[in-house]
This record gives sequence, C-alpha cells and structure tokens, in this order.
Amino acid sequence: MSNSKLNILTKGFFKENPTLILVLGCCPTLAVTTSVVNALGMGAATTFVLLMSNMLISALKNVIPDKVRIPSYIVIIATFVSMIDLLIQGFLPSLSASLGVFIPLIVVNCIVLGRAEAFANKNTVFDSLLDGLGMGIGFTIALTLIGGIREILGSGSFLGFQFIPAEYNMLIFVLAPGAFLVFGFVMAAVRFIVNKNEEKKKQKALEEAK
Amino acid sequence: MIIGAVLVNNIILVQFLGICPFLGVSSKVNTALGMGAAVTFVMALATLVTSLLQKYVLEPLSITYLQTIVFILVIASLVQMVEIMLKKVSPSLYRALGVFLPLITTNCAVLGVAINVTQQTIIPGHGFSVIDNTLYAIAIAIGFTLAITIFAGLREQLELVEIPKGMKGVPIALITAGILAMAFMGFANLV
Repeated sequence: MSNSKLNILTKGFFKENPTLILVLGCCPTLAVTTSVVNALGMGAATTFVLLMSNMLISALKNVIPDKVRIPSYIVIIATFVSMIDLLIQGFLPSLSASLGVFIPLIVVNCIVLGRAEAFANKNTVFDSLLDGLGMGIGFTIALTLIGGIREILGSGSFLGFQFIPAEYNMLIFVLAPGAFLVFGFVMAAVRFIVNKNEEKKKQKALEEAK
Repeated sequence: MIIGAVLVNNIILVQFLGICPFLGVSSKVNTALGMGAAVTFVMALATLVTSLLQKYVLEPLSITYLQTIVFILVIASLVQMVEIMLKKVSPSLYRALGVFLPLITTNCAVLGVAINVTQQTIIPGHGFSVIDNTLYAIAIAIGFTLAITIFAGLREQLELVEIPKGMKGVPIALITAGILAMAFMGFANLV
C-alpha cells in the first residue's frame, strides 16, 4: 500500500476525526455513549453504512446526474441503513433495544452524507472505500473514548465489568448533562493536543529556515 | 403531554436529537428563533404526512421495513418546499438561515420524531392517532425552539469572555449545554 493510500485511511483516525475535529454526527455521539458496548455497536453500524455507501456512490458517480445527486445519495444511504437495522434487530436484539431510534437515524448522520459529497463523488472506488473505513474507525474511536469515560465515571464499570462499588458512582455521567460535559472536555483536550502539535511543527520549520 | 414534551423530554437536552443546528445556528438569538420556527413548521407537517403514510400505506401493505426510506424522502421534499416558500415570503429570514434550511433534511430531530411517534403511543390508551402525533411534534418543536433560543442567549454572553484556546468554540458550547441540561433535569418530576 503506498503512502498516500495509507494516508487516506488514517487521516480519519485523529487528524480529521469526524466527531472531535470536524464536529459531524454529534447526535449519536451524545446519545449512545452511555456504555462502551453501545458505543462500539453504533460505531460498527455506522462504519458499515459509510463503507458501503461511499463505495456505491463513487461507483455510480458518473451515472447520477449532478442535479439530483443529494436525493440519490440519501436513497442509497437509507437502503444500507435499513439493511443494517434489520440485521441488528434480527441477530442482536438487545443492542437494537438499547440503540433504539438511533440506528434508523444513521441516515441523517452528517458524516455519511458529508463524506459522500466531499470525497466519494470525486474519487475512485478503492480510495472511497478506504476513506469510508477510516472515517468509520475514527468515529468508533471517538465514541468508544467518550463511552468509556462515561461508563467508568457513571456506572463504575468497563464493558459491563464492575470495578468501582455502586455507592461511588456519579450517576450524572450516564444522564444527559454528562454526555455534553464529557464530549466537551474530550473535544477540548484533543484540540489542545492538535494545536500543540501544529505549533511544534511551525517552530521546527522556522528553526530549519534559520 | 405538552409540558412533558417541551420541558421534561426536551428534544435537544434530554433526547439528543438535532444537535447539529443546535451548535451551528445558535450564535444569535434572532437566527435561533428563525431556525426554531422553520423546524416547528417542517416537523409538524412531516409528522402529519408520515403518520398518515404509516397508517394508511405502510401498515396495510405490511411494508413497514421501507419506513426509513419513505420518511426521509417525504422530509426532504417538504424541506425543499419550505425553502421555496420562505424565499418568496421572507427573503431576509431566508438569507439569515442560509445554509441551515437544506440542513433540516439531515436534522435528525425531524426524522427522529417521525419515527418515534410510530413506535410508541403518545397518550396511553389512545392508540395510534395522527392528531396526537402532530400535536406531540409541535410540542417537541416548541421545546427545540426554547432550548436553542436560551442557548443562543448564553452563547452571545460567552463571546465576551476570555476562554482557554483549546476550549474555544464548540467545546465550551458543549459544556454550557451540559450545564443547561442539568437545569432542565430539574423539570424531571413535573409531569
């Protein structure tokens, strides 16, 4: 795999992380991150939809007329979402119950449509596949990070394994306000690190120029 | 039911739907109100139409698995309609809302409410009623407008404060929203 292909795959992990840097797809990020299991399930479902829709849209980019592209994208995305929705309902009923309405809502997740519009309709099928996979993994990383923090602080467990006794749990973190707070602090921390890195790079460039 | 939908189950702060416009348009109170009005209109209309479709088309033909696709198409065309209307009726509001009007299509609040009302009964014992659903959607949209307007007011104040660099913009907005959500938790036992 050449360097640029690898770059397409990995840029979604951190540098252009869809939730933490680009701030797309906030609704599921806030809603389903009450536990790590939910976060992973949601991440996997979204990654599947991203991957498939990115691939199909870039394969059809020359067939779809420019004027009706957004409705066509939405129909393609909705088809894959219905598929994954029925699959999860059939094989993982407990996950389906805890994610609830947020699985059909992947349709309106800005990440999916955003990648279709910004990447898949300009690039080759293979590149779009990598991009979808990378963005999906980045989304899953962000969800799992936030889900982990909320589960540890809120229910004193990780992946359902209880290690802090129930009387020391801070219930607020599994409730609504905790979602906003944790998301805000995680985003601030990530931006702080990214800013630091960029400043370092600038300084290095300056020193080299001297 | 109405107080419950507006305050207790506030769509943004408790159900986490419609976060994108909540963070995007909420920097000025006026734009927030305009956005709220647009969402209210679209949400009421969309829920009315999708409830009718669910009751008279999807269920009799037992093709409810097409629900997601049908609903999103209905919402997308409704939004287009509202956009054209607004362009004619109120060009200044149209300019203010700008890019966010087409984004109502991908506002999960609208689709979320449309799907939610088909899955649960709004008033216990009433069964599936198109009128109940539409009223519920209007109440939810009022809650949306309320939250987005309060939040816009807070953010106008935030502009004046010195904030650490990494916190600027969205992170501080999210933390503010968290504190606002805590305040809304106080309504929890109201109904």
